[in-house]
Amino acid sequence: MSTTAQPAPPQEHVSTNPDAAAASQEETTAEIGALHDAYRDGLAEGAPEETTSRLSFPPYRSSLLRAPTKSLHHTDPEEIELWSPAFGDRDVHPLEADLTIQHNGEPVGERIIVTGRVVDGDGRPVAGQLIEVWQANAAGRYVHKRDQHPAPLDPNFTGVGRAITGADGEYTFTTIKPAPYPWKNHYNAWRPAHIHFSLFGTDFTQRIITQMYFPGDPLFALDPIYQSIVDQRARDRLVAQYDHSVSEHEWATGYRWDIVLSGSNRTWSEPEEGEH
Amino acid sequence: MPDASLSLMPTPAQTIGPFYGYALPFDSGHELVHPARPGAIRFHGTVRDGVGSPVPDALIEIWQADAEGRIAQSPGSLKRDGYTFTGWGRTPVDDAGHFTFTTVNPGTAAAGKAPFIMVCVFARGLLDRLFTRAYLPEHSEALAADPLLAGLDAEHRETLIAEREPDGGLRFDIRLQGDGETVFLTYPRTPAPAGPEA
Repeated sequence: MSTTAQPAPPQEHVSTNPDAAAASQEETTAEIGALHDAYRDGLAEGAPEETTSRLSFPPYRSSLLRAPTKSLHHTDPEEIELWSPAFGDRDVHPLEADLTIQHNGEPVGERIIVTGRVVDGDGRPVAGQLIEVWQANAAGRYVHKRDQHPAPLDPNFTGVGRAITGADGEYTFTTIKPAPYPWKNHYNAWRPAHIHFSLFGTDFTQRIITQMYFPGDPLFALDPIYQSIVDQRARDRLVAQYDHSVSEHEWATGYRWDIVLSGSNRTWSEPEEGEH
Repeated sequence: MPDASLSLMPTPAQTIGPFYGYALPFDSGHELVHPARPGAIRFHGTVRDGVGSPVPDALIEIWQADAEGRIAQSPGSLKRDGYTFTGWGRTPVDDAGHFTFTTVNPGTAAAGKAPFIMVCVFARGLLDRLFTRAYLPEHSEALAADPLLAGLDAEHRETLIAEREPDGGLRFDIRLQGDGETVFLTYPRTPAPAGPEA
């Protein structure tokens, strides 16, 4: 399967201006529903299960002019693609995993602990690799000049953290639960609360950026980015679980979120210990 | 399409969004080597969308072998010391959708192989990252024998070959969609996103 053209030009009647906020939530939700129905019908007729976000998902307006219209070209990785950059203690200080201690005072909001394991598609732990996170504050505002949402900035919260995965692929961040925030995809669009995660595997082909969501969010059904994963089982993989064993007495509530990268293409005949 | 060779369902990707600004860019992220180092070249280009407009909120990562074709495995990718070649770079595009790295021409990792810079594109509107390769325009014999390039027609092949500039730099423009759409890659064991009609 190579670069065959697919009939996916932007529809004329759909605004591609991300600031237009032209459609209503009802229209957007109906578009999402139609795409999901078509996926379920396809499954029933034997079409393959989809396990990741669609690159082109018209209810997410920003994808209209940016998603490639040709299928991705299948290729075998060359040697360089079978390795990832190396990270270590020099790159990330352990305190960077605590987003609540980066300033002089305590940030406002619900303190949370987010922990989990990073493994590859074969279940092997991904050790010694970089995880980067970023998020809005407890009022739904990012520290970013382009975020002009009129919610307060928190002088004690930037919302940026880093960690290196441990020997068993484990990671832990301490942070503040982010709030939903409005965006201009359609009229009255609100993103479910989420934390962005950036991860590396042992091959560069495993590189991924994704978002972790919180259980029970009423905005899930309305959100075109979350719903761009048309398969419910795959979508569920982005939702952390509340884990009372992670919560700390009089200190923080706990969430667990395990991350599965794609499969490594490298031949694992070499010893895995002490690689990076 | 699910990959039967995987025992676990991979976590789906989501867009980087527009507000990664304080999290991902880091000091000298675009300088794999200092510009004054002998052999340093500029690797740059513009990211454009389906109507040819520059994309102002993309982030580009590159990953490559050193000039001798060695794959670096030294830490220090985020805290650069100015000497260690880590092979990895990351930079946001500017308001005109333009990115610039200072690096070296990658060497050949194996005899007869065409060297390239691996390029990874993130942007608001991209629900998953896009991989591509920027091949060096020289090495015509190796380019002709390259299995990826050999499988493409001339127009698509051209999108993967950087242009050598008079000052030795490499220009590599990225078109996400439309005329001259860059060929983007998927690898075995990686879930490939379905198209709307797939």
